[in-house]
Amino acid sequence: MASAPIVANFSLNRNKLKPVKGRWIEAPSFKAPMRRKRRADAAMDHFYGWRRENGRVGVRNHVVLLPLDDLSNAACEAVANNIKGTMALPHAYGRLQFGADLDLHFRTLIGTGSNPNVAAVIVIGIEDSWTKVVVEGIAKTGKPVVGFGIEGHGDIAVIAKASYVAKEFVQWASELQREKCDISELWVSTKCGESDTTTGLSSCPTVGNMYDKLIPKGIYGVFGETSEITGAEHLCKARAATPEVGERWYKMWKAYQDDVIEAHKTSDLSDSQPTKGNIAGGLTTIEEKALGNLEKIGRECKYIDILDPAEAPAKGPGLYFMDTSSAAAECVTLMAAGGYVVHTFPTGQGNVIGNPIIPVIKITGNPKTMRTMPEHMDVDVSGILRRDLTIPEAGDALIASIIRTANGRLTAAEALGHREFVMTKLYRSA
Amino acid sequence: MTIPHLLVHEHKDTVGVVVVENLKAGTEMLAVVTADNSSFSVASRADIPIGHKVALKDIRKGDTIWKYGQDIGKAVADIAKGEHVHVHNVKTKRW
Repeated sequence: MASAPIVANFSLNRNKLKPVKGRWIEAPSFKAPMRRKRRADAAMDHFYGWRRENGRVGVRNHVVLLPLDDLSNAACEAVANNIKGTMALPHAYGRLQFGADLDLHFRTLIGTGSNPNVAAVIVIGIEDSWTKVVVEGIAKTGKPVVGFGIEGHGDIAVIAKASYVAKEFVQWASELQREKCDISELWVSTKCGESDTTTGLSSCPTVGNMYDKLIPKGIYGVFGETSEITGAEHLCKARAATPEVGERWYKMWKAYQDDVIEAHKTSDLSDSQPTKGNIAGGLTTIEEKALGNLEKIGRECKYIDILDPAEAPAKGPGLYFMDTSSAAAECVTLMAAGGYVVHTFPTGQGNVIGNPIIPVIKITGNPKTMRTMPEHMDVDVSGILRRDLTIPEAGDALIASIIRTANGRLTAAEALGHREFVMTKLYRSA
Repeated sequence: MTIPHLLVHEHKDTVGVVVVENLKAGTEMLAVVTADNSSFSVASRADIPIGHKVALKDIRKGDTIWKYGQDIGKAVADIAKGEHVHVHNVKTKRW
């Protein structure tokens, strides 16, 4: 007989999760232990988060080992292995970068460390001076941050020193308490991936409906994906809060077309945009993809400013546009560095992305994806295609999921260990 | 409401999206326009996968394809009503 999982006092399918093929051995007097009964009037206007030194509220409480550069990944990973409850964020870059590319590198690292989902940070770099830039940048938030340079000491000494500090940090952070916060203190980002025609019909409008409901309550929102607005740029320009912002947006979009696409393309991009996955899902042209993509900003919202990649919004609550790549991990990494604490991610064909510091909530309306890879999905809106779920109902379901996630429920991507942390590189290093 | 085979964003659209799995050629499809929940029927002329598009009228080579009430590209071949619309007969006007 094939080995069946032994389950005591716990059932996977009672908690509305999908039963898995196989046999279960259940305790006869099972009572779901993991979910307290929620009051019928379960409030949708607040959540419980960690208020940081600068007043911002986080929904996770990470202690992060942040490498300045590729060379320092090993030391960071060693410390994270020594001290339980800490997390290293290895990445590929940080050497010989210059100009705007270096600025973006620093902005991404400083923004990541400054994100309110992070309680404390240890930065490790090959040398002191750039390490110091990142430490000082994060220190502006008031949170605990320490840096170490490897040159002149070696990995082992640095790992030992950093491990002592990491232990102090994680013990300190583990005692911090969540407090009740108004929903207006949430910063919610969005970007979709592995899109198909169902995203434009269901999961993207679900996110749009959420923004139409929460932006008026005073949250910060952000969308981006500059290349994937192509085909809907006239509509996107018109959704700016003022004509001046619309003009700036259009200039930014046009610059991307001229400086990147026109400069580097070798074909009509039919093999890259839409992607092979998009095409398998029924999307035919970039215009069609863009129109579905833009459904994420709903019917009412207008964006109030345009952010550089990884830039924190500075014009108060509202919706922002961030100039990002459309590659999922790059985009979510940049939005997290901008200070957003929860990400909403519509998918059609089933993108599996996560992020190390912010929870990524997957929404799909594709019944086939819901059937074939349900373990990756957090919000099922396939009822929209059957016409037994309306967009406003789906929006409410997403808001409920955002609040549960903010309160501590792990997303599918978190439970599955997806921690894609990808720096955006603008051009070759020196 | 009966489960539709096809969803169409706007009345102006010349294509709709198949929203059921295993759609066979010759199916008399129930199409719903999401803008106002009105419905109509159209017969499929091919087996069309979920998420893929169907022509709602006869389309001539060079015609603009409309979806979301917007221009999503041009036909590069004649497409008969009920046929599969995808990368083999539609291209972007960009790039």
